[in-house]
Amino acid sequence: MALSKRTSQMDESINSTFASRYVQTSLPKFKMSENSIPKEAAYQIINDELMLDGNPRLNLASFVTTWMEPECDKLIMASINKNYVDMDEYPVTTELQNRCVNMIAHLFNAPFGDGETAVGVGTVGSSEAIMLAGLAFKRKWQNKMKAAGKPYDKPNIVTGANVQVCWEKFARYFEVELKEVKLRDGYYVMDPEKAVEMVDENTICVAAILGSTLNGEFEDVKRLNDLLTEKNKTTGWDTHIHVDAASGGFIAPFLYPELEWDFRLPLVKSINVSGHKYGLVYAGIGWVIWRSKDDLPDELIFHINYLGTDQPTFTLNFSKGSSQVIAQYYQFIRLGHEGYKNIMENCQGNATVLKEGLEKTGRFNIVSKDKGVPLVAFSLKDSSRHSEFEVSDLLRRFGWIVPAYTMPPDAQHVTVLRVVIREDFSRTLAERLVGDIEKVLHELDNLPARVRMKLAGSEETAGSDDTVVNKIDIEEQRKITTAWKKFVADRKKTNGVC
Amino acid sequence: MAKSSADDDDELRRACEAKIEGTKDKILMSIRVAKSYGIYRKNWQIGSQLYGQARVLHSSIQEIVTIMVVTTTISDSDERLHCTFASRYARTSLPRFKIPEGSMPKEAAYQIVNDELMLDGNPRLNLASFVTTWMEPECDKLIMDSINKNYVDMDEYPVTTELQNRCVNMIAHLFHAPVGDDETAIGVGTVGSSEAIMLAGLAFKRKWQAKRKAQGKPYDKPNIVTGANVQVCWEKFARYFEVELKEVKLKEGYYIMDPAEAVDMVDENTICVAAILGSTLTGEFEDVKLLNELLTEKNNKTGWDTPIHVDAASGGFIAPFLFPELEWDFRLPLVKSINVSGHKYGLVYAGVGWVIWRNKDDLPEELVFHINYLGSDQPTFTLNFSKGSCQIIAQYYQFIRLGLEGYKSIMENCMENARLLREEMAKTGRFVIVSKDIGVPLVAFALKDSSRFTVFQISESLRRFGWIVPAYTMPPDAEHIAVLRVVIREDLSHSLAERLVSDIQKVLKELDELPPRVSTKAAHVTAVNDEESNKDAHVTAVTDETHKVNADRHHLKKSTVETQKEIFNYWRRISDKKTSGVC
Repeated sequence: MALSKRTSQMDESINSTFASRYVQTSLPKFKMSENSIPKEAAYQIINDELMLDGNPRLNLASFVTTWMEPECDKLIMASINKNYVDMDEYPVTTELQNRCVNMIAHLFNAPFGDGETAVGVGTVGSSEAIMLAGLAFKRKWQNKMKAAGKPYDKPNIVTGANVQVCWEKFARYFEVELKEVKLRDGYYVMDPEKAVEMVDENTICVAAILGSTLNGEFEDVKRLNDLLTEKNKTTGWDTHIHVDAASGGFIAPFLYPELEWDFRLPLVKSINVSGHKYGLVYAGIGWVIWRSKDDLPDELIFHINYLGTDQPTFTLNFSKGSSQVIAQYYQFIRLGHEGYKNIMENCQGNATVLKEGLEKTGRFNIVSKDKGVPLVAFSLKDSSRHSEFEVSDLLRRFGWIVPAYTMPPDAQHVTVLRVVIREDFSRTLAERLVGDIEKVLHELDNLPARVRMKLAGSEETAGSDDTVVNKIDIEEQRKITTAWKKFVADRKKTNGVC
Repeated sequence: MAKSSADDDDELRRACEAKIEGTKDKILMSIRVAKSYGIYRKNWQIGSQLYGQARVLHSSIQEIVTIMVVTTTISDSDERLHCTFASRYARTSLPRFKIPEGSMPKEAAYQIVNDELMLDGNPRLNLASFVTTWMEPECDKLIMDSINKNYVDMDEYPVTTELQNRCVNMIAHLFHAPVGDDETAIGVGTVGSSEAIMLAGLAFKRKWQAKRKAQGKPYDKPNIVTGANVQVCWEKFARYFEVELKEVKLKEGYYIMDPAEAVDMVDENTICVAAILGSTLTGEFEDVKLLNELLTEKNNKTGWDTPIHVDAASGGFIAPFLFPELEWDFRLPLVKSINVSGHKYGLVYAGVGWVIWRNKDDLPEELVFHINYLGSDQPTFTLNFSKGSCQIIAQYYQFIRLGLEGYKSIMENCMENARLLREEMAKTGRFVIVSKDIGVPLVAFALKDSSRFTVFQISESLRRFGWIVPAYTMPPDAEHIAVLRVVIREDLSHSLAERLVSDIQKVLKELDELPPRVSTKAAHVTAVNDEESNKDAHVTAVTDETHKVNADRHHLKKSTVETQKEIFNYWRRISDKKTSGVC
């Protein structure tokens, strides 16, 4: 008779979760607990703690999709237990991946015939995609230098200083020197001329960004291509271009179809794009496409047995879920060209509404451009009394997550707020945000300026009035937070905008 | 017509807005038209008994829309009336190379994708993979709720980041990392063991480089020592990060790395020795303790400082629960880092792995990137950036839900079912069991006599019953041995295991009755030749058939099946070695 054990267990199943002992004890943080707890309790505890996370839908910091149609949610949940890498077992999923690659390659005008398959691969995100593309360039350059009998131990890569942190990661992890073209005030993208000047014999590629993370601007890839072609001719080198179209890859083909930035330019050898940004799929999918088979060195490819035929793979990750690939295919066939175009137009429209609303307040400079990724980056005209970081902090109280950050070196005195317009950010929400920003500005005007506050602070502590001290504490905390934010942000690209 | 209230007007407007894209005027007009048509009733909302009425309204509005905006929506509205399989989308072939011009209704898109996916294997019956295919519905709910959270936005989702850190602490503790009771451990959540291994390898490489630079010695020829039984991602790491992979060869009957041979291969350029806890091939644990002793001796003698990495992708959540006294983890001083797959016996869906370092010094500072996390500094070291956070939340759920007790019970169940399967397989008298009793719960077995048929044929035949049981050849130097491998996951219950046993018996009986392979050899030689030019098994099979129209129908059919099988086998062998992607 295992009486003692039984009774305690029975007790628990009768009690409601909040009446059970599990809500009383603190959660294990460093060790796994000895015993199991009922699944309802585990669910409730985690669910409740997660309430304190920000609401993804109100997170205007990120390009990453936060809403999909319920039908697609169903597909995702149904395939969540499929391992993408088991190509032999899940042939249809593999096929869907290949179809997505073809569709994207086509969208980017890759030069292949109608029935031919494109060269590309689905990744976890643009970060993996960029590392794969960079690795291919590096290996190709190494092979070329080896064949020419030249040293091949000092590769470098040329980019603008506005690149995302993953380029820096690639450079550091794969031992490639990162040569950054500096930004200047009012011009926050890579200058093609300066970039081409920096190219030397050891340059594995020039990386251009379609949709800079900072202000959404498109870099002039066409001009870069022209200048680089010229340089290649005079020097006899053969430097290529990679386009990091993480955020702009699904914008430009629909909104600016005549803009030449993709495989129409002969020097563009590979392009990466984030499926989880304007590809409209939840976080966890990116794509990289190569112009042709020759641009992807054979030695990097691993071969997997796929239904008796050979499926070449080139990835850094192995096992991963396959639901994102399926979701991407769903979006492609569900929306089609027409649907994507409508959504991007809506985003652009809402961006205009927000921009006009902000301009009307008369307090902001708009830093983002009209042509580019639908985002609005703006900075305070007069930041002597209050900084953008304070605006960002106060907006949190309304539920909005709007990041503020400083620009990269040589433009770092400029701080901007950035609002990304995703498909689920409707016009009503845009109008509401403008209203809330106005409220915040009003509130800040009534607050003492930071400099004055400091003096007041030292006086009041002497007086030791309880409520005032409290207020000062909060102010103090805010200041420290701001200082930290600035400090961390100054360490360049550590800010992780994505 | 009933007198309308403001509420009902609202309801109608919403219905119209949902149906009609366009200006306010259009919507207002359609409301007016709807009223004048008399289709508008006070309580038209969908309820079980009023469903018919709702449909009337639905379709009538549709008609109005059609009348009003004929040019743009006529095709759309048609489709919404039809059921999915009556629409034109079920008729046209799906786009494969281009994004289609127009949109299609979401129901149709869902149905089409869903239906095509029916042809995928059933993950639950996929016995090839260690990767978890079942979780509790409560956890599914948590996953779905957090599917739109980007893990990398640490500033925005502080709780998720905190849960990740807690998981790292718990795992480090489980592996006896020398951290205090409330110190935080050094580790990171990854997409899988592949990323984890690359990160660990990169840390070793960078540390070795720094050491050599400081000594003024060359640092351009790093190498890594492993057994030939490692997973393909080690080979990837070596090739992508330019490290030479020195593999300890296997021999027949001993399918893991021999510690003595491994230590022999170590030289001053060795960045680390990688041991595997739970070999992918047989599930066996390598003797990390012996490796540690031998390597300590060698280090003492030579003055080098070669560390050990343990790839515990599959064994990391087995050993601590089933064999707690086995020393393989941070209890051994040379073990500097360990990776483990959360999506294997960590019991979470595919997409989470972990790598833990012994302490801060083992992770070179230059590899760490700093992210602003709530005003404080959150160091990160990953290859991926944006990714979902639901797997991490699910991992934490499993840890607190199951606790040590729950994990132990599950692993014991798996082991018990593995024992059942092993005994039954041995009982048939046809198989040699290659896997060991101590190790990951899997059963690997080879045919004693494969002259009449091979394990590849058994694998193919089992597919007909729905089971996916992989067959593959061993790595070089033991490659003449082909095995079948069944992985026992928590969701392979006792009754399913029994069913599998009886299905294997059926397959054996069936294969016994088939003519042996020799008789079909003639057919298959031509097939292989053809196939080299075509690369399509089916086409060959068909041409094969047309060549011999006059031959005996029954016999021919059998021989084409045989031919296909042969081609499968042939291909399998071509793409041998670690390419078969067992995981």
